[in-house]
Amino acid sequence: MSIDEKTVRKVAKLARLALPEERVKPMADELNGIMAWIEQLNEVDVEGVEPMTSAVEGMSLPMREDEVTAGDDPEKVLKNAPKSEDGFFVVPKVVE
Amino acid sequence: MTDLTTLTLAEALDGMEKKHFSSLEITDAFLSAIDKANPHLNAYVVVTPEIARERAKAADAKRASGKAGRLEGAPLGIKDLFCTEGVRTTACSNILGEFTPTYESTVSANLKRDGAVMLGKLNMDEFAMGSSNETSAFGPVVSPWRRGNEDAKLTPGGSSGGSASAVSADLCLGATATDTGGSIRQPAAFTGTVGIKPTYGRCSRWGIVAFASSLDQAGPIAKTVEDAAMLLQSMAGHDAKDSTSLTNALPDFRAATKRSIKGMVIGVPEEYRVDGMPEEIEALWQQGIEWVKAAGATVKKISLKHTKYALPTYYIVAPAEASSNLARYDGMRYGARVAGRDLNATYENTRASGFGKEVQRRILIGTYVLSAGYYDAYYLRAQKVRQRIAQDFRDAFAEVDAILTPATPSAAFALGEKSGDPVAMYLNDIFTVTANLAGLPALALPAAVDANGLPLGLQVIGKALDEESVFAVSAELERAAGFQAKAAKWWL
Repeated sequence: MSIDEKTVRKVAKLARLALPEERVKPMADELNGIMAWIEQLNEVDVEGVEPMTSAVEGMSLPMREDEVTAGDDPEKVLKNAPKSEDGFFVVPKVVE
Repeated sequence: MTDLTTLTLAEALDGMEKKHFSSLEITDAFLSAIDKANPHLNAYVVVTPEIARERAKAADAKRASGKAGRLEGAPLGIKDLFCTEGVRTTACSNILGEFTPTYESTVSANLKRDGAVMLGKLNMDEFAMGSSNETSAFGPVVSPWRRGNEDAKLTPGGSSGGSASAVSADLCLGATATDTGGSIRQPAAFTGTVGIKPTYGRCSRWGIVAFASSLDQAGPIAKTVEDAAMLLQSMAGHDAKDSTSLTNALPDFRAATKRSIKGMVIGVPEEYRVDGMPEEIEALWQQGIEWVKAAGATVKKISLKHTKYALPTYYIVAPAEASSNLARYDGMRYGARVAGRDLNATYENTRASGFGKEVQRRILIGTYVLSAGYYDAYYLRAQKVRQRIAQDFRDAFAEVDAILTPATPSAAFALGEKSGDPVAMYLNDIFTVTANLAGLPALALPAAVDANGLPLGLQVIGKALDEESVFAVSAELERAAGFQAKAAKWWL
């Protein structure tokens, strides 16, 4: 499967990455180089193989009580905000 | 008095216990060494002299009162991927701006609990994506090692290049590092240091900037196998804040380094012999086989037949997880925001200016392989191949106790030598990436130098949860190799 410039633009949009027009073609070439190398995975017989979804065998995710264990510290939460006001994050207008 | 910075961690702790010197003295020795070396090596991106001296004084008081922790007063470096309370943490990316955590990662908190002194934050590839430290927003780290008398700047490896360079150049007693595809072991091999990636889940990932969550593991880079065991003992342990953190009790890792390997069966995989691998690395591997035999172990040929598919598998799984993890960097709650005409444009501008080239490339690959219509062909297939790779190891470990391989397919290369070709750069991790995919513990240690005087490393891979065998075999190899080479301090 070859990645064309249209696909690069679409993927960049999905990833919320502004990609200048002059970077689209080189990026397509770079991604195709990498994906061509990845294609060798098609040689592997994976018939009937369970996908590996956990790095630890036989481990299930632990459950805990649904209770507040941290928080109630708005100052700390906002400390690194690029913009904040009155205990809120300030973000660009979302709804017109 | 001897130069305190050249001591091992074990020697330094012993020296402080015997009152030969204080933590403040050794801390000051490191701070002064960093002042001289860092303009040349760029290993530290933040130096924290005030915090270091304050903790050193507290450690000296604690030791005097007979309450010394396991690492009381030992000056360490912390990779910039670990969140440190009140100290800038950026994963060496511009997108985090001047991010200063209001909390401490579990691993660095564990080290602090045991009395360690933080000297500063160590340089790394941006978001740990790289094998040469050239993707850091703060510029590449330079290795203290040089080829013979040449002055070409060599890479310390990556992504934990700052950790490896700092330990190798005596700018800390040991350092934290992380390993997603080889980022502890490849830099250790390139710099004549020891690095271990433990079993997935041994070290909590809480407070470590996430790259690829099913592969990321923290571990130490140290001067000796024993030092690495001591550091891992403090770093590891169950943490309820990481849902994949193991609840298994921690064995005594340091004790394992004294254990005999007599009667152990060591596997040697055919497939870890790659085209273009220097003769010296093949010879070192054979030498390693002779060393373990001489110590009473049996060597057995094994087959890990899906090895060649490990890197392509990794380059689907890791970017896919990274593209998801890095979605959080939108410039709204922290980091540097770059405004656009609307919300989406603000996101796009923020991310385009904040992420470096390699990170953007990986986000795009990850987004592509996860996008509608491609998921089954790429991500699902990669997860199945990953299962095959893990199964190869399970089969092998039915017959052997540990596996011996070279750590890297070459010695350290020069900065700029491979940065133009992503796939050539990725191939550096060919021997290390398998242990990440299978979640296994693996350690790299220096065992010889090549014709240019550069370190070459061996790797020992163990069963899940069996770091003890890894430490036992590695300590035996370390004794047999008697590696004494040291980079000349050309910056002085």
